[in-house]
Amino acid sequence: MAEPLLQTRDLSMHFGGVKAVNNVNFALAEGELRCLIGPNGAGKSTFFKMLTGQLAPSHGQVLFRGRDISRAQAHQIARLGIGIKTQVPSVFDGLSVRENIHLAASRLHSLDRVRRVVDEMLERIGLTDAAHRVVGQLAHGQRQWVELGLVLSTDPELILLDEPAAGMTHEEVQRTAELVREISRTRALIVVEHDMQFIRMIAKQVTVFNRGSVLVEDAVENILRNPLVRDVYLGKQAAA
Amino acid sequence: MDLVALLAIQVLYAIASLALISVGLAIIFGMMRVINLAHGEFLMLGGYAAIVATSHGISIWLSMLVVAPIVVGIIGVIVERTIIRFLYGRMIDTMLATWGLSLFLVGLTTAIFGNTTVGISAPLGSFQIGDYRTSAYTLFVIAVAAAVLGTIFAVMRWTRLGLIARGTMQNANMAAALGVNPPRVYAVTFGAGAALSGLAGAVLAPVSGVFPTIGVAYVAKSFITVIGGGAAVLSGTISASALFGTINQIATFVTTPVFGEVALLAAAIVLIRLLPQGITGRFFRRGL
Amino acid sequence: MSGRSLNLLGLLLVGVVGLAFMFLTPRLAELDTVLDLTVYIIMAVLALSLGLIWGYGGILCFGQSAFFGLGAYTYAITMFNIGESTLPFLLAIVLPGAFAALLGYFMFYGRISDVYLGVITLTVTLILFNSMNSTAGPEFHVGAARLGGFNGIPGIPPLNLPFHKSAVIDLEGMFYLATGALLLTYFGLRLLLASQFGRIIVGIRENERRAELLGYDPRAYKLATFTIGGALAGFAGCLFANWGNFVSPTIFGLAQSAQIIIWVIVGGRGTLIGPVVGCIGIQWLSAALGANQPSGGADWWSKIFANAPLILGVILIAFVLLVPKGLVPTAADIASFFLRRRQRQREQCGFEPQQAE
Repeated sequence: MAEPLLQTRDLSMHFGGVKAVNNVNFALAEGELRCLIGPNGAGKSTFFKMLTGQLAPSHGQVLFRGRDISRAQAHQIARLGIGIKTQVPSVFDGLSVRENIHLAASRLHSLDRVRRVVDEMLERIGLTDAAHRVVGQLAHGQRQWVELGLVLSTDPELILLDEPAAGMTHEEVQRTAELVREISRTRALIVVEHDMQFIRMIAKQVTVFNRGSVLVEDAVENILRNPLVRDVYLGKQAAA
Repeated sequence: MDLVALLAIQVLYAIASLALISVGLAIIFGMMRVINLAHGEFLMLGGYAAIVATSHGISIWLSMLVVAPIVVGIIGVIVERTIIRFLYGRMIDTMLATWGLSLFLVGLTTAIFGNTTVGISAPLGSFQIGDYRTSAYTLFVIAVAAAVLGTIFAVMRWTRLGLIARGTMQNANMAAALGVNPPRVYAVTFGAGAALSGLAGAVLAPVSGVFPTIGVAYVAKSFITVIGGGAAVLSGTISASALFGTINQIATFVTTPVFGEVALLAAAIVLIRLLPQGITGRFFRRGL
Repeated sequence: MSGRSLNLLGLLLVGVVGLAFMFLTPRLAELDTVLDLTVYIIMAVLALSLGLIWGYGGILCFGQSAFFGLGAYTYAITMFNIGESTLPFLLAIVLPGAFAALLGYFMFYGRISDVYLGVITLTVTLILFNSMNSTAGPEFHVGAARLGGFNGIPGIPPLNLPFHKSAVIDLEGMFYLATGALLLTYFGLRLLLASQFGRIIVGIRENERRAELLGYDPRAYKLATFTIGGALAGFAGCLFANWGNFVSPTIFGLAQSAQIIIWVIVGGRGTLIGPVVGCIGIQWLSAALGANQPSGGADWWSKIFANAPLILGVILIAFVLLVPKGLVPTAADIASFFLRRRQRQREQCGFEPQQAE
C-alpha cells in the first residue's frame, strides 16, 4: 500500500482531565474524500485544530506525506499544503470580497497573474457581482463561500472543511456538494458535517468519532445501517 | 552578619512595597479584566488624602489607615459609575479611558495643590542592627503589606463577599444567574481596589513625599508585578512581588538604583516571554 | 467616479497642498510662526509612526515615545561624540528600530495578548523615563556627552548637510526638512500600505488566525511593522532634538506617550490623514489655550484651561466614550450617509433606475 497523504498516530488532546481527542489513529490516502461524523463534543473540531497547528497535541503525531507536523506552526502547515475552512466562517470581515481572495491568492501567484486568478475564483464561488462588497455585511451563506474561496486560492493538497453546509439554504447545500465533488477529483478532502443529506450526496468512506475516539470507519451505506452509529448519533437525531 | 540582616530587611521591604502598590491593581484586573491606567493616580490621591487629613489635625495613623482608603475608595466607585461601566468588554477602550482619567487627575491635583512636593515626616524613629541604622518605618510598611494580604485572603476564603467575588471571577454570567447583581459586584470591586491603592499611596507617602506626577514612579512597577503574577490575584501578587522585589533590591545593592530598575524590567520581559500567562498561569493555578 | 481614481485624486491633492505649504509658508509667515509650525510637523511624523503600527498593524503600542526619545537621545549623544551629523542621523533611526525589533521579538514571538502588549510598551517607556531621570550625576556620561538626568542635554549641535560639517541647517532649513520628511513619510507609507506587505498586515489586523491559516506568519509581519514604526519614531525624535537643540527625560513621560495616542484616536485609526490632522489640531489647541506653560497661571481660568494634562485627559475620555472611531472616519461616515440619502431620494424621484437593496 502506498504511503498515506495524512496519518495520525495515537493523536491525543487532553484539557485538564478532559480527553477531547484520545489516541486517534487515522489515515487518508492521496486524493481521498473522507467524511467525519459524530455527535457534538466528539472531538472533530479539536482533531482539525491539531491537524492545522492551531493546537499542539498533548501527545501523538501528525504525519503529512511522512513528515511529522505535530509541532509545526499553523502558517508552516498551511504552506505545506493543508487548508481549512473553520466551523464559524473565519474571513477578513473589514475587507471586500475581492481583497479577501486577493490576499489568499497573492502568496502563490505573481502580481500580473493574481488578478486573473482572483477573477476565476470569484466566478467559481459565484460572487463576481459581490466582489466589491465588504464581507462583514454579507449573509452567512455567502461568507461561507468567501471562506471556501480563500482556502481554494491557496491551492492546498489537502482541504479540511468543518461543517461547510451549516446555515445554507437547500439550494446552496446542493451547490456546495457539487463543488466538493469537483474539488475531490484533484484534491484530498476531509469533511465534517452533521447534515446527513449532505453526507449522502458526497461521501464514500465515513469515519465516526465518539467521545474523542474513532468509533467505526466504513463505507457510507454500511455506516448508515450500523446500529452502533445509530445509537450514538443518528438515534439521538431521530429522537430529537 | 549584620549586613546580611540589613539586606534581608531591605529585600523584604522591596517585596512588601511592590505587593502593596500592586494589589489594588491586581484585584481590579483579576476580577474585572480591567486594566486601570489611572492606578498610579489612585496611589497619588491616597497620599494627598493622608496629608490633607493630617494637616487638619487628624492623627497620622488614622489619616493613613482609615481616611485615605475611604476617600480613594469613594472616588473609585464614582469613576466606575461614570466611566468604566460603559466600557465593559472593551478592554482596550477601558485602558484608553482610564489613561485619560490619569491625565485628568494629574491636571486636577496640579491645579489644586500646585506642582510641588509635599511631605509628611515618617513616624517611628530608627533602630540599630550592629553597625547599621535603619528606619523602623520600614518594618511598619512590611507589617501593613502582610496585614493587607492576610485580610484579602481571609475575606476571599471565608466570607460571603469573597465567595461572590470568586464566583464572578470564574463566570460572571453564572453568578448573575444565581442572583448576584454583577454591576454592584463590579462597583464594589473597583471601589475596593481603589481603596487599597489609596491605602498603599498613603502608607508610602512619608517615604517618597507626594506630588501630582508621582503615579508614574509607581505605575510601571505595579503593572510589571500584576502581569508577571498572572490572573490569580493573591498568589500572583505575592509570587511576582517576591521575584521582582528580590531582583530589584539585589541589583540595586550590587550596583545602583538605576540598574535595579533596568534589571526589574529585563526580568519581567524574559518572564513574559517564558510564561505568557504569568507565574500563576503556570503554577499555583488553583490559588486565589 | 471609481474608488481608484478618487484615491489618486486624494493623493494628488495632498501632494499639491503639502508642497504649496512647504514652499509658501516661509515666504508669507513670521519666523516665529515657522518655528512653531516646524515642531507641529515633526510631531506629525511621530503621529504617523503610531498610525502605521496601531491603525494598520493593529498593534496596541502605548509606548511610542520610547522610540521617539531614544532617537532624540541617540542623536544628542552621538553628536557630542562625533560632531558631524551624518552618522548620528542614521543611528537615530537605526537604534530605535533595533530596540523596537528586540522588544517586538519578545512580545510577538511570546504571543502575548493585545492588552499586555499595551501595558508592556507603556512600562518600557516609563522605565526609560525613571532611569534617565536618575542620571543627573557627572558619573553618567557616554563619551563626551553628559546625560544630565532630569535636566536633560542642552546645546545639541544641529544637523549639517551629509558629510559637510560646516554646512549647518538653519531654522528655515529645518522647516523645509521637517515638511519634506512629513510628505516623504506620508507617501512612503501610502506606498507601503498599497504593497503586498501592506495588504497582509491589514489582513492580520482583521483576522490574525485566518491570515495564519493561509500561510502568513503574523509574528514576522507584526515584528516588521513594529520595527518600521520604531525607526520612524526615532527619525522624528532626531528632528525634534534638532528643533529645540535640547532633550530631557520628559520625552519618555506618560504625558508624551498619551499625546501620541490621543492624536491618533482623535484623528482616527486606519487612516494616515487622521493622525496628522489629530496631531496638528491638538497641538494648535494646546497652544491656543496657553497650555504649554507648565503649572499655568495663578488664576482659576488658566489653572483649568491652560492645564495640558487636564484638557488632554478630558479629550481622551470624551473621544473613547463618544467618538471612538475618530474625526476623519466619522466625517467620512457622515458624508457617505448623506450621499447615500441623496442618491436614494434621486432614485425615488425616478431619475435613476431602482436598485435592489
